[in-house]
Amino acid sequence: MSDEHFDAIVVGAGPSGNAAAYTMAKEGLKVLQLERGEYPGSKNVQGAILYANALEEIIPDFREDAPLERHVIEQRMWTMDDASHVGMHYRSDDFNEEKPNRYTIIRAQFDKWFSRKVRDAGATLLCETTVTELVRDSKGRVIGVRTDRNAGKVFADVVILAEGVNGLVGQRSGLRSEVAPDSVALAVKEMHFLPREVIESRFNLKGDEGVVIEAMGTITNGMTGTGFLYTNQESISVGIGCIVSDFAENGTTPYGLLEAFKNHPSIKPLLAGSECKEYASHLIPEGGYNAIPELVGDGWIVVGDAGQFVNAVHREGSNLAMTTGRIAGETVVWLNRRREEMSKANLAEYKKRLEQTFVMKDLKKYRRIPDFLHANKHVFTLYPKLFNSAAQSWFRVDGIDKRSKEKQIMGAFRKSRSVLGLVGDAFKLARAWR
Amino acid sequence: MHIVVCVKQVPDSAQIRVHPVTNTIMRQGVPTIINPYDLFALEEALRLRDRFGGEVTVLTMGPPMAEDSLRKAMTFGADRAVLLTDRFFAGSDTLATSFALAMALKKIGEEFGEPSIVFTGKQTIDGDTAQVGPGIAKRLKLNQLTYVVKISDFDPENGGITVERRAEGGVQILSTKLPVLITMLEGSNEMRRGSLDDALRAAKAEVVKWNAADAGIEDLTKCGLRGSPTIVKKVFAPEARSEKAQAIETKDQSMEAIAHSFMAALFQRQPELEGELLRFAATQYGQEGLGHG
Repeated sequence: MSDEHFDAIVVGAGPSGNAAAYTMAKEGLKVLQLERGEYPGSKNVQGAILYANALEEIIPDFREDAPLERHVIEQRMWTMDDASHVGMHYRSDDFNEEKPNRYTIIRAQFDKWFSRKVRDAGATLLCETTVTELVRDSKGRVIGVRTDRNAGKVFADVVILAEGVNGLVGQRSGLRSEVAPDSVALAVKEMHFLPREVIESRFNLKGDEGVVIEAMGTITNGMTGTGFLYTNQESISVGIGCIVSDFAENGTTPYGLLEAFKNHPSIKPLLAGSECKEYASHLIPEGGYNAIPELVGDGWIVVGDAGQFVNAVHREGSNLAMTTGRIAGETVVWLNRRREEMSKANLAEYKKRLEQTFVMKDLKKYRRIPDFLHANKHVFTLYPKLFNSAAQSWFRVDGIDKRSKEKQIMGAFRKSRSVLGLVGDAFKLARAWR
Repeated sequence: MHIVVCVKQVPDSAQIRVHPVTNTIMRQGVPTIINPYDLFALEEALRLRDRFGGEVTVLTMGPPMAEDSLRKAMTFGADRAVLLTDRFFAGSDTLATSFALAMALKKIGEEFGEPSIVFTGKQTIDGDTAQVGPGIAKRLKLNQLTYVVKISDFDPENGGITVERRAEGGVQILSTKLPVLITMLEGSNEMRRGSLDDALRAAKAEVVKWNAADAGIEDLTKCGLRGSPTIVKKVFAPEARSEKAQAIETKDQSMEAIAHSFMAALFQRQPELEGELLRFAATQYGQEGLGHG
């Protein structure tokens, strides 16, 4: 047991934990951060896109020294069938602004940088230290944590659980239940190395400009999920992920899915000649608003993936993690200054503040999407096939008149999904989207 | 009692790559670790301290980032860390390294108390020379005990120590007088998991940083590249070899038949072996001793 008492203990050194620890340490609180990995970032996996805004709120001048790969100037949204894709591309020189909005990053490097900032702000970080459970007093209030080190108890006014998607400490301490297989996605990704010039000519980029491809369609084999491809400076991150319960039902392996995605005729040439040097997999909480567990209690707060803070529709997660971490940190600082207890009632301020941000507003907006996708798997197979064959028949010049082609296309839609079905899908999606 | 453990920060050999053109180790971006052999030395030092009291200081020479390894050593329980770092040390071979470390050890003796024991690992995984430990012992006139597997008796009061040393063909039991330099063999103990307090202390501790002048080194010609007579003439990667394994059918075969096909396959691969074996058998057992094999 350590005699040292801290103002706050942060469990985990990912984006949410770092945001919380930084926010509190900067304001002079005595912060202990515990990370099970060998170094911050060693266990962390993401696509990865950094959304500048959320980090700017914490470290406004982060661009000066953060390890950033490329700023995103072009977004490609692809709907794929087995041989083709129909795409929507948006590219704008406006994204070449002085302070770009999105960057591709490599998390192992980025997390090390972020952690350096946290320690420079005054927090104490211990790596290779796993929190095994929360320590409570006789009234059930959380007063510290137990770690896997010898004499491993340490105490604080409040514990911020930034422990990631599995939330093992929360589970073991009875704060939440196990993550449901249908509310979490399993994503696999690989890093493919290519010379800078090749990436720039292949994706029509100059300097540090970058491209993001998000793809859906038959690539997920009828399961709820998406694929992605991001350009880094000298590598390409490519990956695919689907809901865990879908994998179980479908019998497809994640790496089999990634292999097929990489070999898709639309993706393969983009990776040609590259060398795969890294692979990783990760769980992504995609249960949305309805899957958010209890976020505060006497002496504890949950932030980031542990709180299911991911907007699956927009592929946003790390920005929600940083924002929830920051707001949790600010709440603790606020209570600390007022010498208020870190009780459940007082910490509810965190939830109140979150409601005012995009985090809760967006998750609330899309709260019906997970159920919609779960019940309408044909969205991932039928429509991509229809769109792609429609595009092909439209663009193929073969002596058939245009009106007949239109009829053919409409006929195909009606045949595979009755008019009622089409209208119903549109209605349900619109309702879920609202 | 004061014990000093010399450690080295090395690239994690499980994750290094060899440059395809220069054949040198590509260290950039490769995670670093404490030389694994040094951990056996550190654990042995910590055990002695826990039993007999005193302090353990860890010492390393290296670039500023080697501080990470020292801090790590402190999470295991070391009391103090000294980093010897100076651009004059760059390019040191084992001669120059043992010189610099010996000078730093002298200085440590003056500042923090004369060490009774200086520990090192048996060798490093990146240099593999096993010369630095003995080099230090020679320079500091310490009795040296290399390839130690066990400290069987330690008597700090009377300045005696008895160890088991792995030697070719057996184990030597050696006794000598302190102060000594010990190089520890792998597998001699198991590194502990440091306590939470040790980890907290390590995170906050000030690592003592010395440059050449701080360590009392005046003769810089004995340091770094200038003080290193070793010249690497050429570095090459051995050719990859692959030999196919051959399966010998044993199902439903008599022992004799299996032995037969085994010997036949062996002699087919190594034709000289048959003649040699026959000649050997003849000298051992005489002609009649030869079976029908």
